[in-house]
Amino acid sequence: MSKPALASASAVATPSAESGAHYLQVVRRLLLAGGGLFFSLAVTFFGLLVITFVIGRLMPIDPVLSAVGDRASKATYDQVKEAMGLNLPVWHQFARYAWNVIHGDFGTSIQTARPVMEDLLRVFPATAEMATVAIIIGIVLGIPLGVWAAVYRNSVLDQTMRVVGLIGYSVPIFWLGIMGLLVFYLQLEWVGGPGRLDVFFDGEVPTVTGFILIDSIIAGDWDVFQNAFGHIILPACLLGYYSLAYISRMTRSLMLEQLNQEYLITARVKGMSERRVIWRHAFGNIQVALITVCALAFANILEGSVLTETVFAWPGIGRYITTALGAADMNAVLGGTIVVGTVYVGLNLLTDVLYRVVDPRAK
Amino acid sequence: MKKLLAALAMGASFAMATPAVHAATPKDTLVEAWHMDDIISLDPAEMYELSTYEVNGNVYDTLVAINPHNTGDILKKAALSWTVSDDGKTFTFKLRPGQKFASGNPLTAADVVYSYQRLTALNLAPAFLIQDFGITTDNMNTTLKAVDDLTFQMTVDQAYAPSFVINKLCATNFAVIDSVTVKSHEGKKADGTNDWGNGWLKTASAGSGPFKIDEWKPNESISMSVNPNYWGPKPKLKRVFYRHIAEEASQRLLLEKGDVDIARNLSADQLDGVRKAGGGFKFPGTAQNTNLYFGMNTKNQYLAKPEVREALRYLIDYQGLAKTALREGWIINQTFLPNGVLGYVDSNPYKLDYAKAKALLAKAGYPDGFPLTVNVASTEQSRMDIAQSMQQTFAKVGIKLQILASDQKTVITTYRARKHDLALLTWGIDYFDPNTNMAFVVNKDNSDDPKTGKPLAWRNGWQNEEFNKQANDLLFVTDTAKRKAGYQAMIKAWQPVSPFAMMFQQNWVAAVSPKVHNFFIGPSNEMTQYDTVYK
Repeated sequence: MSKPALASASAVATPSAESGAHYLQVVRRLLLAGGGLFFSLAVTFFGLLVITFVIGRLMPIDPVLSAVGDRASKATYDQVKEAMGLNLPVWHQFARYAWNVIHGDFGTSIQTARPVMEDLLRVFPATAEMATVAIIIGIVLGIPLGVWAAVYRNSVLDQTMRVVGLIGYSVPIFWLGIMGLLVFYLQLEWVGGPGRLDVFFDGEVPTVTGFILIDSIIAGDWDVFQNAFGHIILPACLLGYYSLAYISRMTRSLMLEQLNQEYLITARVKGMSERRVIWRHAFGNIQVALITVCALAFANILEGSVLTETVFAWPGIGRYITTALGAADMNAVLGGTIVVGTVYVGLNLLTDVLYRVVDPRAK
Repeated sequence: MKKLLAALAMGASFAMATPAVHAATPKDTLVEAWHMDDIISLDPAEMYELSTYEVNGNVYDTLVAINPHNTGDILKKAALSWTVSDDGKTFTFKLRPGQKFASGNPLTAADVVYSYQRLTALNLAPAFLIQDFGITTDNMNTTLKAVDDLTFQMTVDQAYAPSFVINKLCATNFAVIDSVTVKSHEGKKADGTNDWGNGWLKTASAGSGPFKIDEWKPNESISMSVNPNYWGPKPKLKRVFYRHIAEEASQRLLLEKGDVDIARNLSADQLDGVRKAGGGFKFPGTAQNTNLYFGMNTKNQYLAKPEVREALRYLIDYQGLAKTALREGWIINQTFLPNGVLGYVDSNPYKLDYAKAKALLAKAGYPDGFPLTVNVASTEQSRMDIAQSMQQTFAKVGIKLQILASDQKTVITTYRARKHDLALLTWGIDYFDPNTNMAFVVNKDNSDDPKTGKPLAWRNGWQNEEFNKQANDLLFVTDTAKRKAGYQAMIKAWQPVSPFAMMFQQNWVAAVSPKVHNFFIGPSNEMTQYDTVYK
């Protein structure tokens, strides 16, 4: 985890001369890396596809019933079963599904009667918008508080942070959501209620990105922006609080590990200011690990927001997948899972890139 | 450190100082919080979900409709009158002149023919409603006819009781659809055949009712606005907006804050909370056409004995449950018909009686009890409460009841495969006629792969030729009073021998803002109408 003292401050080694051979080697390495990445992505997606498909088959729910209901005649049932391709051998069904997915077709959702892709383009931005605001809150508050708690360990602040963190870990978000609504929405009237917008503003701005905050800025409609912000802030704060609890605890322990290192004593002996010791050297050395922590926190928010989405009537992807599972709407489940899987892969890639930016040795 | 503190303070203020923009619900718009994630298609020829019936009940007209305030009475909607031919097979409807769809197209008999034909030909969930009249894709061009612009004729295969045919045509699946508009959206199904505009109508509307659908966002909202071409009195509301609010506590908060006008799914405790808080809220409630029961699979060696089934009916704490776990939501009804449907009789002979149950079990040869399982949907707290109560009362006579909790669809899949012992479920009627619930009575093919579908009696492996015949005979009794008496007698004879313990009938109570007037929950979903509601 830790690296040699002041390594981050040392100059990045520059190539002495770029010979043709060296250049080719770099290209070769890049190609290899790209190929490897493509291969690992392909394996990940294939795995996702297989697992979700198998789960769909193992579930003791009849998907035809979800489509035609409990009362349909046998002729109707048989017709729909055939239309859904469920009378084909399982391997054939899988091949057909995989072929369609490769061509960007996730099929039609039983529940919404629309292409799954269209649904995902609607529900994913809702969750992503909330998760993004949440992670910003989690990072902006969590990291400084974690550093502070480490520097002043066992102080009142540190103890307070421990309790706050513990509550964040242990109190069900469901309960906290209802309490938050009771206090900030019903009593204090600081925030909007469940939903992304008041009915009054529904459909006021055209959908461009699916992020209402951004779409309202594009449309220049500040009333909608203000209303959307009033609605998103409470669920985002709650989710942000949970990631804050995680980020601050992780930051604290990472910092404590650094603060005990001898290179910091050397730095202090050399007359470096305490702020520089903490922020430039100790904090500088935990950045790589923090990137992973933050990426994980973001992924957790994205996939774990289903309860928040339920309390706040937020039409997001967590609720979409959960509802689809209950209805044996396998196209929707598979499509949703692949999107979440893609986000994970994307976050991993982003983390890798950020490593290279932050840690010179990784370049 | 000061800078750090300042940064923290800024962060906190960013998080907390949020703008409070509250636009109360507009005066001409009714906003409802509702569980409506069951909606999967808006097409009347495909819909079979409760919430869709309410929406389409306001968007489409059928030829005739049940009067929500007096369910024995038939209202004239798209049709002004009808006659039945001497042989009892041909029904001729005279349409109301001057009707127009929301699109502006005139409503003619050709639209009725198209609507009924597509219901038949699409062969989706509700198709059996019309196919049971003997109308098929092969004969629909002759059995469904437009005699002239304002005369529609339907010929059924047998001389059914007219009350049966007319009651059935009140189902919203028989909605009259704007054929010109829908035809312009016809496409191809995966197999290359005509989709009758189903692909388009799944998410749109083409009706002549008081409202039209503006937008349906699945699991999020539905917006309806006034149909300017509606033939009847103009609705006072301009818009009805349903919001899907899954969490009941959130529904209550939105109602109390004034962000919704009606909360449709509050629990008894939450209703109490709203009542105690004051504020002038109203709480209209109506008994619904849904029964709560458990089926007893006679393929189980114990449940095969009628005495055991009768014993179990005496082991339910009907009164206790109705007063506690099911308070406000369910009322006792031990018949297979909801109160309000033709043929219903107030016959509730069972109550919790351990002595009687023990005697019956001894008579069956099981004085010390036996093990049983019950499949129940864990997503419905009230059903889990019933299952737990059954577990306790059954244990008193030695029956060890194991609760198999899962989601609703798993319970139904198990039930339809006849792999249950007991299955705790609800059943709503398909149309406002007693024949709809013959599913509890009739089973014409008890083989494992039946050709006649899987009615509830089949699912419990129960077949009784005498009841099969009775049910069939009652379909042809033209005197409505005699038909009613026939079903009433059937209920009483069926209760002690059936493979069911009928327990409760649903009661739906909503919490309504004092600003809202004339809101009435219909006894069936399509009967909750908004054309006379105002704020």
